[in-house]
Amino acid sequence: MIKRFYYIFSLSMPVVIIPFLLLCILAFITVSTGICQDAKKLTVMTHDSFSVSEKVVAVFEKENNAKLVFLKSGDAGEALNKAILSKNSPLADIFYGVDNTFLSRAIKGDIFLPYASPMLKSVDDKLKLDSENRLLPVDFGDVCLNYDKKWFADHKLAVPVMLEDLIKPEYKGLLVIENPATSSPGLAFLLTTISRFGETEAFEFWKKLKKNDVFITNGWKEAYWGKFSAASEGDRPIVVSYASSPAAEVHFAKAEDAATKDKDASTKDNDPSTKDKDASTKDKDSSTKNEDNPSKDSNGKKLGNNNTKDKDAPTGAVTEHGSAFRQIEFAGILKGTANLDLAQKLIDFLLSKTFQEDIPLQMFVFPSNHNAALPEVFQKYAIITTQPATLSYDEISEKREMWIEKWTELML
Amino acid sequence: MFNFDRMFKFDKMHGFDKIFGFDKWLIPLTVGIIPVIFLGIFYFYPLSGIFIRSFFEHSSYGEGNFSMLSLLKIFQSSRMAGIIWFTFWQAFVSTILTLIAALPCAWVMGTFDFRCKKLVMTLATLPFVLPTIVVASAFQVLASTIKNIDWIFSFIQPEHSITMILFAHLFYNFSVVLRITSAFWSSLGKEMKEAASMLGANGIQVFFKITLPLLKPAILASSMLVFIFCFSSFGVILILGGPSFSTLEVEIYRQAAHMFNLPVASCLSLFQILCTFAMMWVYTLLQKKTALFIPESEKFSLRKPDTMIEKSSVFLCVAFIFFLCVMPISALVINSLYYKGSLSLIFYRELFLNSSGSIFYISPVDAISNSLTFALSTLAIALVVGGCAAYLIRKYTDEKSLIKNAVHQSQGKYSIFQYSKLFKKLLEPLFMLPLATSAVTLGFGMIITLDKPPLDFRTSVFLIPIVHTLVAFPFVVRAVLPALRAIPTSLKEAASIMGASPFKVWLHIELPIIARGLSIGAVFAFTVSLGEFGATLFAARPEFTTMPVTIYRFLGQPGIMNYGQAMAMSSILMLVTAIGFFFIENMRQFGHEGF
Repeated sequence: MIKRFYYIFSLSMPVVIIPFLLLCILAFITVSTGICQDAKKLTVMTHDSFSVSEKVVAVFEKENNAKLVFLKSGDAGEALNKAILSKNSPLADIFYGVDNTFLSRAIKGDIFLPYASPMLKSVDDKLKLDSENRLLPVDFGDVCLNYDKKWFADHKLAVPVMLEDLIKPEYKGLLVIENPATSSPGLAFLLTTISRFGETEAFEFWKKLKKNDVFITNGWKEAYWGKFSAASEGDRPIVVSYASSPAAEVHFAKAEDAATKDKDASTKDNDPSTKDKDASTKDKDSSTKNEDNPSKDSNGKKLGNNNTKDKDAPTGAVTEHGSAFRQIEFAGILKGTANLDLAQKLIDFLLSKTFQEDIPLQMFVFPSNHNAALPEVFQKYAIITTQPATLSYDEISEKREMWIEKWTELML
Repeated sequence: MFNFDRMFKFDKMHGFDKIFGFDKWLIPLTVGIIPVIFLGIFYFYPLSGIFIRSFFEHSSYGEGNFSMLSLLKIFQSSRMAGIIWFTFWQAFVSTILTLIAALPCAWVMGTFDFRCKKLVMTLATLPFVLPTIVVASAFQVLASTIKNIDWIFSFIQPEHSITMILFAHLFYNFSVVLRITSAFWSSLGKEMKEAASMLGANGIQVFFKITLPLLKPAILASSMLVFIFCFSSFGVILILGGPSFSTLEVEIYRQAAHMFNLPVASCLSLFQILCTFAMMWVYTLLQKKTALFIPESEKFSLRKPDTMIEKSSVFLCVAFIFFLCVMPISALVINSLYYKGSLSLIFYRELFLNSSGSIFYISPVDAISNSLTFALSTLAIALVVGGCAAYLIRKYTDEKSLIKNAVHQSQGKYSIFQYSKLFKKLLEPLFMLPLATSAVTLGFGMIITLDKPPLDFRTSVFLIPIVHTLVAFPFVVRAVLPALRAIPTSLKEAASIMGASPFKVWLHIELPIIARGLSIGAVFAFTVSLGEFGATLFAARPEFTTMPVTIYRFLGQPGIMNYGQAMAMSSILMLVTAIGFFFIENMRQFGHEGF
């Protein structure tokens, strides 16, 4: 029986395979030529970190009888490069996610069409960097230092308030940063130091940082999930991340209500304030810490039961004294789009309140439209810096490679 | 009862064959043309496209300035020399370490039969699918969990990044050597060893004079794979090694994706390809002098461990695999099951909820089915392309054709055959190249070349299994070729003389012998596709999201729920892989009763 099965099976192999291959080829051709029959399809090319609510997309699709397709094409730099490389036959109609460190590359690549959207009137002028409106600001986030509150409380050390703190001897071996050559927060942090201290002084500062045993990773994930003591087994309580990261920590500390219900029953005797902080440390630690810690938070204030909003964020952000760099993200219409009208409508939509209010909890950055209301967790835990570190994008584009090279030579 | 022979009339087709010369030219032609066309369209065409543009039309693309002088400067810089040196060094050391660790285990796996053997084998292969960032996290958890038992980790020094790189390469590649070598080992017949023993050779002599030379093709093939894998290592170096270490692959990525300096990136890619090519050439030369033997069935060669020494070596092998592979994996699983200090399934339940309402959310069921669809298509395409490529290589490199060629040369028919001789030498290395080609260069190449119908696949979902196949099919070639070469011509001739049609010879002689190689190739193709994530992102639309992409999405934002869900998804990924292995390996059991 088995032998017979095998016999049929192996006899049918070539009989199956050859049509299979032919089918594949056929499918390729039909898919590659035929799928674009729907003229109302609009493609948005973007980077890996992009996200949007289903509901918000549905609003646009319904209003304009269109279909939105999203094309994630690697990290911010890689996605932009792909857009530039494909300028002869564009992959998409809209590109979302050029940030101000790549702005000059995008403009030099000559791939965007100017469009002065009427929605721009509700966007802060400081965010508009392209006078010809080829790239329109859609969101911004501040790159800054994050610290592990619990670690600093446990070690009775003052939390850092500005960049200069980092080179103090008591902060030796506490900081983890990202490589500016491979990571965009890493690059932003390098630019912060240059903006704060000036070019030559900044590299002096870096020399001191190196002496103070700074740890360097290649990307944000490795730094945050691998070395940052508030989020991993790592031993570094200060990390370069975003000003909105504490808000994200709070937002993602707790699961959906339905799912946590039975959890609360099992950990009822523990105070929620300690529970929350321990959530970001490891399980083994937290089981012991739950008994050790008094059931009060660091302010000594007794907290209400089961109310997430009152809980303190496990991490804090250092945003003042020019220690935060503002990353602005832009969107633009790609040259060669077949649906210019619809693409312009989408740009308007991206700047509208509907989309802008969706941004914070999807991507954990701030909306550029100042009319957009912020969610509660952002109002409470995310800080917008009053004096961001700034550098003109011309200067960035002119010297970026040189600075990175200099930094690499110095630090690695 | 059906008579299948009559039904399919395969051995009554001689008349048909004679008229059309069916088996004379059509089949070899198809076999030869499939891998050539595949590689031509999806590898050489995009690659040449990006090279030509970045060298000759550089002004309109990228920011780098191209001139011979600036390139020369790059290669003369001490940093680049360091990178090139480090690339070779770490690949070499990793390969040696992997061989040292895997060969004794391969001996155990290839000689003895014991309970739970399949399970152990499966566990050893699981690391292959894990995304590097997850492995890094698992190592970290493990290192801090057993910090108390310092003596184990005192010699591994997990904080030291170079040790981490080597250890991760061992962790990933262990199964490549283990699977390929042990399968070959189990097919070594006993006769020769017994004959040697009868003639007075002791165990050591038998091993060095008989077993090792017979194993040479498998060891060479698998270590070549490992070497090339480490040579073009990307994620491990970037994530575990940190910024002070860089391989060619990492540097190419940096130049292409961040600096947008395409001339330099292309130049480095070209250099990387040439290095791979040169290594493959050396490998081909080494492989020429390999022994032929008649493969034997696994069933006859495997035995239960008898003596104390044999039993303890089986135990040691299992313990080693447990230490190397199972501990990091279980660290992951345990992490996914703990929430706030107690056992909980909350992360798994959370996977089914789209709590942020994101359009990029995908339910785990859909992610699994997407991953499996891509993996199975990759498996099918890789087996066809890889199998055909192996036949093509054998046809052009086996001794018969070499002799024929020599005869032609002696008759003075130089011109055309000299080309074919060159082609022969190029053929085998060529099929290995995709494995060691920078993904970002190839990706950019595809963007600028595959942009017009009928080749506009850039955003097509079909590109995903195809790109996976580019990485997977060299595994199939490597796994099948040693077995294919080992088939003695006499066996096939005997079958033909007895009246078997070429198809029947293939079905009853060749297929059973290469089935073991094919199934190993299938396992790796399946795993490569399940774990690969770069290509999936390339055409990533929400509806095609796979498991590794989901894991990366979770790890992209802070918060304990994200971390827990990433761990939960990784555990599911491993479970799906293990189930996949189970099916693929049982498929093979159906396949060859006799062999």
